Amino acid sequence: MSGWELFLFSFLNLRVMAEYLPSIAAGFLLTVQLAALIIASGLALALLLAVLRSLGSLVLSFAIVLFVDLFRAIPPLVLIVLLYFGLPNLGFTPSGFVCTWVVLALVLAAFAEEIVWAGILSVPKGQWEAARSTGLSFFTTLRCVVLPQALRLAIAPLTNRTIAITKGTALGSVVAVSEILAQASAGVSFSSNPSPLTLGALAYLVLFGPMVLLARRIERRFAWRH
Amino acid sequence: MLSRPIIEARAIHKSFGPLKVLDGVDLVVAERELVFIIGPSGSGKSTLLRCLNRLEEPTSGHIVGDGIDVLARRTDINALRRRIGMVFQSFNLYPHMTALGNVAFALRRVVGLRRRDAEERARSALALVGLADKADAYPAQLSGGQQQRVAIARAVALEPRVMLFDEPTSALDPELVGSVLRVMRQLREGGMTMVVVSHEMEFARAAADRVLFMDGGRVIEQGPLDCLFGAPKSDRLRAFLRSLERH
Ligand SMILES: Nc1ncnc2c1ncn2[C@@H]1O[C@H](COP(=O)(O)OP(=O)(O)OP(=O)(O)O)[C@@H](O)[C@H]1O
Ligand SMILES: [Mg+2]
Repeated sequence: MSGWELFLFSFLNLRVMAEYLPSIAAGFLLTVQLAALIIASGLALALLLAVLRSLGSLVLSFAIVLFVDLFRAIPPLVLIVLLYFGLPNLGFTPSGFVCTWVVLALVLAAFAEEIVWAGILSVPKGQWEAARSTGLSFFTTLRCVVLPQALRLAIAPLTNRTIAITKGTALGSVVAVSEILAQASAGVSFSSNPSPLTLGALAYLVLFGPMVLLARRIERRFAWRH
Repeated sequence: MLSRPIIEARAIHKSFGPLKVLDGVDLVVAERELVFIIGPSGSGKSTLLRCLNRLEEPTSGHIVGDGIDVLARRTDINALRRRIGMVFQSFNLYPHMTALGNVAFALRRVVGLRRRDAEERARSALALVGLADKADAYPAQLSGGQQQRVAIARAVALEPRVMLFDEPTSALDPELVGSVLRVMRQLREGGMTMVVVSHEMEFARAAADRVLFMDGGRVIEQGPLDCLFGAPKSDRLRAFLRSLERH
């Protein structure tokens, strides 16, 4: 076999790819579900934390900063493994799926809270004062005056961070989550041919490609016009 | 001035940490009166205005606004603020809302008007400040003078009992100052009670009932403009007036 043929045989082996397409498709669907759960719960928690922090309670702010710094500092894989192998000792036996979801959602919440909070801080004090001076409540001001401006600034770093962390779903392969990478690796072992990995890469591209494009569009759409 | 006071502030003290910013200020503003406040930078003019609607919490003192105890705990501050309009040096329009949206927002959320009614009232407030044709413009598309007039419309639309102006023209290019002062004159002629912190002495000459000179957190002198400027009693006011002439 020539070098080129060898490459085709190893990485683009259609026979092997066809054989493992169903399992990788299943992994794809599972990854989509996992990603959707992480993004929805992570961003919702981030917003909630940023709002709580804006209340100005010292105790609350301290607790939030502690949470944020902890989850930004520790590698997500360590946390996933810790949950998966540690919690059973405490009587809980969460699945690898749940462990991966919870950890990545918390990590996303930590990073995203900082981004949203920075956005809130960047809104001039005058906006608060103007709104409050017309009789608007704290929460109406936050929700309708401050957050729209804060999120507009935050949206680009937020989408980037969301994509980066959601790609961490691949870490689930370590704790028996049958997501794309796990299925592809299994395929490689069984067939002794790396082509399933190529298929896996394509599956990631199909999943995250549109997200990256969406991020680009959002960035352009929300470019500050002042 | 026989009409009852709209604002009655007594012995207002305000400190930021060790810094005493207001040191026993009394301010009584009668209905339909225009009180003009002058004083050097840092003398506490803005802080005094901001105490009147509790954007700043006085350290001690009493404020009655439109018959309501402003500083009492049980006072619904949001209901009160609606009746005390405020205009800021830096306009502070909401950049993500149109001029109409800026004016209509509190009408919907605070007064509780329905969208159509709020927008109708917002449009007449914009017409009042000469910006009927800019209803759909965003703040970024307006000049500073136009933005400040939208800000005035935003406050006036709530039909306040008194309007507070904190250096409303200081951030404007000189050629835009006139348009804002004209709107203020017009409000004045409509009988609006006003407290104005400003350096626009022409405006004071034309519209002020009373001028109040502040320095170091106290009211040093007050009275009709001619008395104050014609025969200043204190050295501090004399020094301040000299510093004005130099500009
Ligand atoms: N939130 C704050 N925290 C600490 N110090 C403050 C605060 N707000 C105002 N000050 C201080 O209080 C003093 C009075 O401020 P204020 O803004 O009332 O003065 P002013 O008369 O309006 O001055 P200017 O003409 O420059 O606007 C200043 O020394 C200012 O630095
Ligand atoms: Mg000031």
